[in-house]
Amino acid sequence: MSTNVVTFTIDGVEIKSAPDKTIIQAADDAGIYIPRLCYLKDLPPGGHCRVCTVKVNGRPVNSCTYPVAEGIVVENDIEELNSFRRNIIEMLFVEGNHFCPSCEVAGKCELQALAYRLGLLTPQMPYLYAQKELDATHPDVYLDRNRCVLCGRCVRASIHLDKKNVFGFENRGINMKISVNSNDGLQDTNLSKEDKAMSVCPTGCLVVKRQGYLTPVGKRLYDKKPIGSEIETKKVKS
Amino acid sequence: MTHHYREQIKNIASKYGNDRGYLMNIAHDIVNEFGYISDEMVSNLADVLNLPVVQVRDMISFYAFFPRKPLGKNVIRLCNAVIERMKGADEVGKAFEKALGISFGETTKDNLFTLLHTPCIGLSDQAPSALINKIPLTNLKPADVPQIISELKAGKDVSDLPQARVQLNLKKEGEVICAPLDSGTALRNALNMKPEEVIGEINKSRLRGRGGAGFPTAMKWDFCRKQKSPIRYLICNADEGEPGTFKDRVILTEYPDLVFEGMTIAGYAIGAKEGIMYLRGEYAYLLENLEKVLAKRRHLGLLGEHICGREDFNFDIRIQLGAGAYVCGEESALIESAEGKRGAPRDRPPFPVQKGYKGEPTSVNNVETLCCAARILEKGGEWFSKIGTKDSTGTKMLSVSGDCEHPGVYEVEYGITIENLLELVGAKDTQAVQVGGASGKCVAPKDFGRRISFEDLPTGGSIMIFGKNRDLLECMYQFVEFFVEESCGWCVPCRAGTTLLEKKFRQILDGKGTAQSLAELRRIAQTVKSMSRCGLGQTSANPVLTTIYDFADLYAEKIKEENGKLLTFDLQKAMKVGIEASGRTKEGVK
Ligand SMILES: Cc1cc2nc3c(=O)[nH]c(=O)nc-3n(C[C@H](O)[C@H](O)[C@H](O)COP(=O)(O)O)c2cc1C
Ligand code: SF4
Ligand code: SF4
Ligand code: SF4
Ligand code: FES
Ligand code: FES
Repeated sequence: MSTNVVTFTIDGVEIKSAPDKTIIQAADDAGIYIPRLCYLKDLPPGGHCRVCTVKVNGRPVNSCTYPVAEGIVVENDIEELNSFRRNIIEMLFVEGNHFCPSCEVAGKCELQALAYRLGLLTPQMPYLYAQKELDATHPDVYLDRNRCVLCGRCVRASIHLDKKNVFGFENRGINMKISVNSNDGLQDTNLSKEDKAMSVCPTGCLVVKRQGYLTPVGKRLYDKKPIGSEIETKKVKS
Repeated sequence: MTHHYREQIKNIASKYGNDRGYLMNIAHDIVNEFGYISDEMVSNLADVLNLPVVQVRDMISFYAFFPRKPLGKNVIRLCNAVIERMKGADEVGKAFEKALGISFGETTKDNLFTLLHTPCIGLSDQAPSALINKIPLTNLKPADVPQIISELKAGKDVSDLPQARVQLNLKKEGEVICAPLDSGTALRNALNMKPEEVIGEINKSRLRGRGGAGFPTAMKWDFCRKQKSPIRYLICNADEGEPGTFKDRVILTEYPDLVFEGMTIAGYAIGAKEGIMYLRGEYAYLLENLEKVLAKRRHLGLLGEHICGREDFNFDIRIQLGAGAYVCGEESALIESAEGKRGAPRDRPPFPVQKGYKGEPTSVNNVETLCCAARILEKGGEWFSKIGTKDSTGTKMLSVSGDCEHPGVYEVEYGITIENLLELVGAKDTQAVQVGGASGKCVAPKDFGRRISFEDLPTGGSIMIFGKNRDLLECMYQFVEFFVEESCGWCVPCRAGTTLLEKKFRQILDGKGTAQSLAELRRIAQTVKSMSRCGLGQTSANPVLTTIYDFADLYAEKIKEENGKLLTFDLQKAMKVGIEASGRTKEGVK
């Protein structure tokens, strides 16, 4: 038996993978979609959203950080997990201030798309109506924390892809927020609208100015196919 | 002013070799110097350390003890945890507000006083308690307050106040922790063995971690030792933040030699040269004596180079002071914090024994665990294994507080029933016992026959007793509030979930909940428990989940619903704002 391949199952489907992969990477390669919000292929995992939680041998683990191993039994698309995932998405909707119908990223927003895919209807949890700061100081970019899900993608992309340090976190707990590398807002940072960090935000929190509403309704990314289908099409092909 | 602090910050940073790994110490020194650390100081510090300002701010803004705005000369932190409030902390708080003419969270106009609340500071056995400029005050009464304020105004030192006294309150001495110690005996025994044999002795004792998780200590050391790495670290977890726990305070006060001996033995067993004791910021007042004991041990050749004359064994210990964050008791968050970062837990694997402090294999052990280890090397694993129960060998230091005659620390054999314990501490008419702190389990009288042990009712040491007349659900609510305060914020289910749980719970306790609200409460609680990243989130719903069935009556009483109608709902009140805005009243247009 080769030590360069491990074999395990996800929802009963046998998967072969290199041993140094995480479960989500192996699943992606095999065309199996595990819902996720903060993970992005080219970034180190952040472990913030917990939407990617699967069960390994009956125990919940985080698939974007957990390594594959020989013989593990992974459960992914089961109602128990999907309802927990839906609950997390619901928490994000009531934690922030989201008005999808008027939002410029509606239709290509991963939070909204996950809500659709997981079947979230109107939130039942109490809205927090928190006051969030908006940073429009930069000539080309704005940061609307009302829509931030604290996925940390911008933080990691700025460090690992742009080799800059434009973003970070501030405070703890429910007061945690995205912070920028200056005392005077984004205008005082070396962020440019071409930065990779500008293309990773899953929601409408960190966006390039004067680009909104360019794609007509019906032609937006998730208007035709649900989120995750880009991964699942691989499976159909192979 | 600017120049003044620039120079100072430069000096402080250079004292620590401008090493970001010492950011906690640097921040402590800056706050000691200026009372706070402003945005400008953060920028300045970032420049000096050659770090992005956003990273320094990230760390500073995380900790309760690094204020970013100026505070008063005297900072009063009154503990408002559950036990304190049972013992009258609210009245003491009101007395402070009255004496100072300010509310909590405010500073007096003359900048002499700031009044703050703080979660458990490890003095629940002498509640109500407070820290004033890091010095603990105990057994406070509202009547003491005017005097305290006037003496401080007159320039008296906090430590000279009559209330600045911590009682030891060691109520029962057992045979493991509290026995007399001849420093060095256990260590010399260990050094006469091979490290593997030391681990073998611990294995024979079947010692399990006292910090909460109960992991077999020998196995942890063995994992750590077997990692292929030239550098390994040993960390003693003295963060003791679980509400109602104060046994490590007693150990660190009374038996510091035993702790350091255990650390040194552990260092030898795993092959570490450096040990760190992570001491919670609230225990800063213990620091001076601990440093003294370390100095003495160095002097005696029990620490430092060539310990006990052994050419090949060097080991030293540094104490890392925390800064007011409960989550830093979680071992991976503790490591992050000791590295000078925000105390956000890590995802596992890798475990600390594989990749811990500075990325090297690290064994994190609780204060009490290390004491047990030292005693095992003194008296043998065989001896230890005969105490306690089959799966829980040895004794346990319990911190007992709440409604009983003799709160304090008790060293008991594992396996003691709740019933016997209640008798021992003089508790009568007990409604419930909270075993294991806010994150533990609320035990109902029907279960008082159960035993304190890993296999039945595990606890890191906290035992809180609630008498018949207490509003139990309000106590549980205050636990939930604690988790809201202490969530690190990294992951969604805990960051948002604990706040939502708190809101839903409040709604129900206020009599504004329906049967549907109870279902909602359960749904949120289950999600937080199952999906959170670390032990904090995973246990933060326990105050609800461990009472919702066993104390179902108490919840039922809160539901004021009849035929699907909420009796407490007042339509006129709910619509008040709308009615006023439209100018329409029941009687017609105004
Ligand atoms: C939120 C949280 C807080 C914790 N606080 C402490 C603590 O104050 N002291 C402690 O020894 N362990 C604490 N732990 C457990 C540690 O993560 C770790 O398991 C323990 O220090 C290991 O030592 P032991 O094996 O000797 O028990 C905490 C865990 C969590 C999740
Ligand atoms: S960011 Fe997404 S979820 Fe939020 S309002 Fe916009 S479309 Fe809706
Ligand atoms: S700004 Fe966008 S990318 Fe950054 S943390 Fe918020 S949601 Fe994530
Ligand atoms: S569970 Fe809570 S404390 Fe733990 S990582 Fe998540 S937010 Fe932080
Ligand atoms: S995708 Fe794994 S935690 Fe967010
Ligand atoms: S010191 Fe206040 S409850 Fe522990």
